[in-house]
Amino acid sequence: MTAIGGAARHLLSIDDLDRAGIERILDRAASFAEVAGREIKKVPALRGRTVVNLFYEASTRTSSSFELAAKRLSADVVAVRAATSSVTKGESLKDTVATLTAYDPAAIVIRSPHAGAARLVARWTDAAVVNAGDGKHEHPTQALLDVYALRERIGALDGRRIWIVGDVLHSRVARSNILAFTRMGAHVTVSGPPTLLPRGIEALGCTVEPTLDRLGEADVVYVLRMQQERMSEAFVPSLREYAMRYQVSTARLHPDQVLMHPGPVNRGVELSADAIDSPQALITRQVEAGVIVRMAVLYELLAGGGTPAAAQTAPLPDAEAEAVLSA
Amino acid sequence: MSAAAGLFCAGGQPADLLLRAAHALDPRAGLDEPADVLVRDGEIAEVGAPGALSAPDGAEVVDAAGLHLLPGFVDPHVHLRTPGQEHKEDLDTGTAAAAAGGFCAVVAMPNTAPVVDDASVLRALIEAASRQARVPVGFLAAITRDLAGAELTEMAELRDAGALGFTDDGKPVVAAGMLRRALQYQRLCGGVLALHEEDPSLSGDGVMHEGSVSARLGLAGIPSISESTMVARDAALAAYESGRVHFQHLSCAESVDVLRAFKAAGAPVSGEVSPHHLTLTDEEVRSLDARMKMNPPLRSDEDRQALIAGLRDGTIDCIATDHAPHARHEKEVPFEQAPMGTTGLETAFAAIHTELVLPGVLPLALVVERMTAGGALYGLPLPRIAAGEPANLALVDLDASWEAGVGTHGYYSRSENCCFHGRTLRGVVRMTVAAGVVAHRVGVPAGVAA
Repeated sequence: MTAIGGAARHLLSIDDLDRAGIERILDRAASFAEVAGREIKKVPALRGRTVVNLFYEASTRTSSSFELAAKRLSADVVAVRAATSSVTKGESLKDTVATLTAYDPAAIVIRSPHAGAARLVARWTDAAVVNAGDGKHEHPTQALLDVYALRERIGALDGRRIWIVGDVLHSRVARSNILAFTRMGAHVTVSGPPTLLPRGIEALGCTVEPTLDRLGEADVVYVLRMQQERMSEAFVPSLREYAMRYQVSTARLHPDQVLMHPGPVNRGVELSADAIDSPQALITRQVEAGVIVRMAVLYELLAGGGTPAAAQTAPLPDAEAEAVLSA
Repeated sequence: MSAAAGLFCAGGQPADLLLRAAHALDPRAGLDEPADVLVRDGEIAEVGAPGALSAPDGAEVVDAAGLHLLPGFVDPHVHLRTPGQEHKEDLDTGTAAAAAGGFCAVVAMPNTAPVVDDASVLRALIEAASRQARVPVGFLAAITRDLAGAELTEMAELRDAGALGFTDDGKPVVAAGMLRRALQYQRLCGGVLALHEEDPSLSGDGVMHEGSVSARLGLAGIPSISESTMVARDAALAAYESGRVHFQHLSCAESVDVLRAFKAAGAPVSGEVSPHHLTLTDEEVRSLDARMKMNPPLRSDEDRQALIAGLRDGTIDCIATDHAPHARHEKEVPFEQAPMGTTGLETAFAAIHTELVLPGVLPLALVVERMTAGGALYGLPLPRIAAGEPANLALVDLDASWEAGVGTHGYYSRSENCCFHGRTLRGVVRMTVAAGVVAHRVGVPAGVAA
C-alpha cells in the first residue's frame, strides 16, 4: 500500500504491496474468517466511520462484498452508483470526489472503467482509497482474495505453476493476479487467442503460451471471463471457435488441478458447466473470501496502522466485540 | 521591420540594441564566437568583435557576456486554438509562450473550431494575428473540408488568402486516393502538404504506445506501425505525383527508416520531430499522468534513439513542438478520457539542451540548426545572425536552471499541460527578438543608453 509517513494509506495496485504486505492482509483476513462464522458477523472496528463505495461500472460481487465488509466492521456505508448519481448530469470525477470528501469519509472505494481513476481520487481526497477495479489496469482486492482462496486450498504458492487463460487483453484481473501470484512465488503462464494477448505482457514476469496444449503442466488453471462488454471489435472469429480452442472443461483438466474464475462466468464460453460445478473448482470459495479479504484491507488501511506489528494483534478484543453486540 | 511574407503579427517598436559580448552561435552564418551584435531599427546592422561596436544614441546596451545569442527558433507546428477554443490558448497567450521559448516565428495548425478550411476563416485569423500576435504567425489550412477526409478545400483560394501550406493535422488523410488528389492539385496552388500519419485501423482506440508499458497498464496501444506504414504509403504517393509532403511529429524508428530510404531515392519529402519524442519514452506513462498523453504517443527508448539518429544525420529536417494546449479541467481526468496533447513552446529548447546537449548526445550547433529550420519548408526565410538580416534572435543563459511551470516562472501559455512540468531544466531564454521587435525579456537589466 502507498506508504505515506510510514503508514499505508491506499490500496491502488498490487505494486503497492510486497510479499510481506500481502501475507499480512491474508493473515488478517484469516482472523476475520472466524467472525464470518458467527451468527452475528459484526465487529466494531470502524464504528462511527464512513466508507463511500463509488461505482462507475456495473458490479455485483465486488460492490456487495465491499459493502458487507464495511458493514461487518460497523462502518457507515454510502453507495454511489454512476447510473443514479450526478455523474449522469455531467459531473466530473474530481467534482464528485470533492463532494463526497465533504462528508469526511474514512475510505473511498472506487470502481471505474478508466485506468488510473483510483490514483487520481487518492490525489484529491484525504480519505484512504481502495481500487475496486480501474479499467483494464488493476483489481488488487480480487488478486488478494484469489491468493487467499488458493493458499487455503493448496498452501504456499512457491514454485506452483498457475495458468491464466483467456481474454488477457481486456482483463484487469489478469494484470493484478500475474503480479500477486508471482510475488507469492508462483510461476505464471498466460494463454489465450493471440489477438487477446497484449504485446509486451511478458514484461510482467509471465510466460506466454498461445495454445492450451501444455495446460497439463499447470497446478492451477485460472480462467478469465470473455469480456464481451469491453470489446469494441471482434477479436475472435466466433465464440464457437473460441470455445473449441480455449474452453476449459473437465475433459481438459486432470482431477488435481485447481480451477478458478473471477466471475461472472459465461457458461459454455470460457468454462463448461461441468467444470464450474466440479469439486476442483474454487469459484464459490473465491466469492466467500471476497468479504473477509476486503474486511482485512479496510481494517489494515483504517485501523491497522499498516505496520507489521498490527497484523499480530487480534482483530478485536472479544470483550469489546461482545459489548457492542449486546448493546 | 515587418514580418516576412506569409507571417502576421502585431508588430511594435523596432529594436535598437547593442548586445555586447554574447557568445554568438549561428551554424549557417559560420558564427561560433563571442561577438557584439548591433540591432538598428529592427535589423541587424553589424556583427563585430566583442567590445568593437559602440551603441548609437538611443540604443539600449545589453551586457550579454556569459549568455549565448542564437538565431530565433522557428516552430513549424503549434496549436493556438483560435478560433473557437480560446479557453485553451489564444493568439496572444500562444505567441507569448512562443516568445518565452525563444521562437521568432510559429506556424499554426488549422484544426480549430471552425476549421481553417475556408478563406473567410483564414482572413479573419490573419486579421486577428495582425492585432494580437507577439511573434509572427503563419497559418496552414486544411487539406479536406472539416478535416473529414472526403472533399478538398479550396486550396488555391486559401493559398491566395495567405495559407503557407495544408494539413489535416490531428487526423490522417485516411484514403490514399484523397491524398493523391491533393497532391495533384498542389501542382496548381503550391503549398506543402503536412501529414499527420496514423492508420486508424491500427491505432484504433489506442491512448499510448503499444508495448510492455501499455500491457502493464491495460491501456489500448497505438502501434508504431500505424504511423510508419502511412509514412511509407504517402512518401510513395508523393514520389509518384512529384508532390511535396512533410511528415509531422515523427515518433518511431520505422518511420525514420522509411523517410531515410525515400530521401535517399530523391523523393520530395521532409520530416519533423518533437522535443518530447526526443527526450521522453512510454515509461513516463506509468504515472498515468495525462500530461504524458499525446498523439503520436511517447514511444520506446529504441524509437527515441532512432529519432535522435535521424535528426543528427539530417533524415529529420527540423524540430517542431506540436504545442497542444488543453485546459486544466480537460486534463484532470483519467488518462483514457484526457485529450491528446502537450504544450511545448516554453520548454522546447531547455528540454533538449538539458536532456541531449548537456549529456553530449547532440551538439548545440546542430540543435540550433534544427530548431531554426522549420519555416524553410513553408518558404519562410531562415533566421540568421548577419548584417542586413531582420533581427530574429534568442538570447539564452545556458547555465541558469528553472523548474518548468513551477513557482514564479509559471507559464505564459494559458494552459499548463506540459509533459516537462516540474522538471528542472537548464537553459533560460532571457530575451527574444522577433521580426525586429523585442517580444520577450526576463532577467535582462534595462541597459544603459549610450
